[in-house]
Amino acid sequence: MISLKVNGVERQIDVDPDMPLLWALRDLLKLTGTKYGCGIAQCGACTVHLDGQPMRSCVMPVSAVGSAEIRTVEGLSGAAATHPVQQAWIELDVVQCGYCQSGQVMAAAALIEQNPAPTDADIDAAMNGNICRCGTYPRIRAAVKRAAEIKRAGTAA
Amino acid sequence: MSADGSTPAIGRRHFLIGAGVVAGGLAAGTLLRPYLVGGRGGAAPKEFKPHAFLRIADDDTVTVIIGKSEMGQGVYTGLPMILAEELDFDPQRLKVEIAPVDPVFNHPFLPAQFTGGSMSTNTTYESLRHVGAMARSMLVTAAAARWGVDASTLRTEAGKVIDTAGRELRYGELAESAAALPLPAKETIRLKDPKTFSYIGKPQKRLDSRVKVTGEAVFGIDVDLPGMLMATVARAPVFGASVKSFDDTRARSVPGVVDIKQVPSGVAVIAEHTWAALKGREALSVEWDDADGKKLSTEALRSEWQALAAKPGIVGQNIGDTAKALASGSRRIEVEYELPYLAHACMEPMNATALVKDDDCDLWLGTQSQSQDAQFVAAALGIDPKNVRVHTTFLGGGFGRRASADSDFAVEAAHVAKGVGKPVKVVWTREDDMRRGYYRPYSISKVRAAIGADGLPSAFHQVIVGKPVLANTAMGKMAVSKEGLDPSSVEGTANMAYPIPNLRVEVHNTTEAVPILWWRSVGHSINGFVANGVIDELAALAKRDPYEYRQAMLADKPRYRAVLDAAAELAGWGQPLPAGRHRGIALQESFGSIVAQVAEVSVTGKEVRVHRVSCTVDCGIAVNPDQVVAQMESAINYGLCAVLESEITIRDGVAVQGNFDSYPVLRMAAAPQIDVRIVNSDGPIGGIGEPGTPPIAPAVCGAIFAATSKRIRRLPLSASLS
Repeated sequence: MISLKVNGVERQIDVDPDMPLLWALRDLLKLTGTKYGCGIAQCGACTVHLDGQPMRSCVMPVSAVGSAEIRTVEGLSGAAATHPVQQAWIELDVVQCGYCQSGQVMAAAALIEQNPAPTDADIDAAMNGNICRCGTYPRIRAAVKRAAEIKRAGTAA
Repeated sequence: MSADGSTPAIGRRHFLIGAGVVAGGLAAGTLLRPYLVGGRGGAAPKEFKPHAFLRIADDDTVTVIIGKSEMGQGVYTGLPMILAEELDFDPQRLKVEIAPVDPVFNHPFLPAQFTGGSMSTNTTYESLRHVGAMARSMLVTAAAARWGVDASTLRTEAGKVIDTAGRELRYGELAESAAALPLPAKETIRLKDPKTFSYIGKPQKRLDSRVKVTGEAVFGIDVDLPGMLMATVARAPVFGASVKSFDDTRARSVPGVVDIKQVPSGVAVIAEHTWAALKGREALSVEWDDADGKKLSTEALRSEWQALAAKPGIVGQNIGDTAKALASGSRRIEVEYELPYLAHACMEPMNATALVKDDDCDLWLGTQSQSQDAQFVAAALGIDPKNVRVHTTFLGGGFGRRASADSDFAVEAAHVAKGVGKPVKVVWTREDDMRRGYYRPYSISKVRAAIGADGLPSAFHQVIVGKPVLANTAMGKMAVSKEGLDPSSVEGTANMAYPIPNLRVEVHNTTEAVPILWWRSVGHSINGFVANGVIDELAALAKRDPYEYRQAMLADKPRYRAVLDAAAELAGWGQPLPAGRHRGIALQESFGSIVAQVAEVSVTGKEVRVHRVSCTVDCGIAVNPDQVVAQMESAINYGLCAVLESEITIRDGVAVQGNFDSYPVLRMAAAPQIDVRIVNSDGPIGGIGEPGTPPIAPAVCGAIFAATSKRIRRLPLSASLS
């Protein structure tokens, strides 16, 4: 049995310790918001937070998670979509097919947590590992800045 | 849509597909019609259902049912908007439901439910307006009866019928009475004067944003059913090969593996979860019958095709006398263009879930081609197509791949699930997806062209070599001439916007074992590059500016000129640029829309950086202008991948590239600034998903020529500049 703390809830799963966290989340815990895209940490669709850090769950064995707190896109604000990144994404109509956007949102959420006012260069560096085949990059860039703005306004208030 | 999620525009009902199934169990009839699953709890509302596209409930819920697949292009917003316009209802308050497969949702030109060819808006515009107007008229009739007034004295606004005294009835309050009325005759329905439109032509926020930023949206790969098993398939790495024998002893001992079976496409490993299915497949040993296929390589095809391109082919276009004009032209070029196989590389790898029971099959998948999937699956299982139910999910990208010629991923899932008695989801890895083929065709063209005394093109003769796209789909019979001409092979030059007095386009159809398929903008992404590239070469031969040269060619085509001039103006063509930056320009008409782009590029050694793209588009009516902009951004960035680094090469019968490490695509740091301007015209509605892709490659390569005097005739640049 492996114990995982996911979105604030303690979960027990009986799996091969080598199973990547991605498949444990999707197939066993039914958290399908986290996506499979490449399996080799090249595309970022599987991005989740481990203790607040963005990680590629497709290459992280479930046994390596240890006591770290896992946050998936479902745990960002539930269905309400009230996280600043989600608000900004909706405001600027970022999504197209939407498949990569869970990973984009998680990468962006980690970025603005660590950097309250990211520049273009900061965004390029932080988001370069997340591929979007619909090419929503210009809107992601604008929406990260907008999300940081929403977050700053929220913090100030 | 409000950001707090209080008015989720795509209703929860839709996303209860999975949950409803869990609640209802496999025996429940609702499983077979997921669009009916869900509901609000308590008594079912009384509903007004004037058409398969629309339901209005007595609680004012207005649900639009969309038969087109949402793959990012915005049809779950743009199409409902059209209906809402005539209904007089705020689109942001709509619920959108994914349609079942039903002939009422068929494409008007094809006897099938199909999403592709950038045709969703222009082929449904009139019918959606009509349904909205009909429903509105019936609600007005119901209100008139209730108030005892003449219907002509009433007006509608934002979901209410209003009388001259200011009394109001909400649509929900009228739903039950409207439902009792006979449907009015079609000729009595009056559509709005477009000048009075409230929604069409004004930016409307996407209705599917919230579910796509919370992880709620259900893609094919997310489908979850009771008792469902997961599967992977070991497919022949060599194109055209088949299974000779296999040993599954080790694979069967992998914990979680449930069964292993041979299917037509390879050997399937069925397991309790994806990881076991992957580990089981790794433990398989399969011997393939692949001796013939191993001879195939891009290198071998290249030399064969280069020779073929020197010979006459099937004539696809013949205007004037090209041979004579070439002989008499004062200045000539003879050049060869080469474009690689390209994978679609949808973010969501292919997958499908099937439940097969006796003579009956349910399929859950993201597909562009529901009707064909049902037919091909029925044929594969030997059952009646009426007994195959296709449940469409969101598509994690399509770009043509999810309308494959033989419904490969749907049919394979049915084969895998046959005899299992439980739903089986076949998941493809990225490598499976990338190495399986269904590529944009590899293409080699030889072009001879000349300019006349006025410096403008006098002759253009192209011989194309490549595998034809439509001929290799179910549309082949309809589309291909008896001489073997597939119009998709020559589109983009045979019908180019630039008038050429002597134009001849010929084609050689190849038959290599690599499956090919339509790839966003089909022939235009290949021939649009050749056409615009050659025009640039001729402009240089005439010592003229590539923009001014195009202006001169399009002098008598005002719609085209307007788009071209607007792009040049947006880009500041002719105005100074920062040191090291250069511009290129291209224009291509495809799918009924005209797009021009100016790329601003710098070249440092072998490194090409695209800084900015200015894009103009005339698509007739832009229903949702901000999504037209979004599709231009998307199509440019998709096309840029093909310019910069993406290519599939074949060696020893195998696709060399298998994942994003070897098949690089555009990423954030390389993504240019994109400025889009919609050029309004009174032209017919054009497509928007694809037409933004063709101009970007020639625009970038024109800029590289301006920077380096090097003419790029082979893509990607990583192959050309190495």
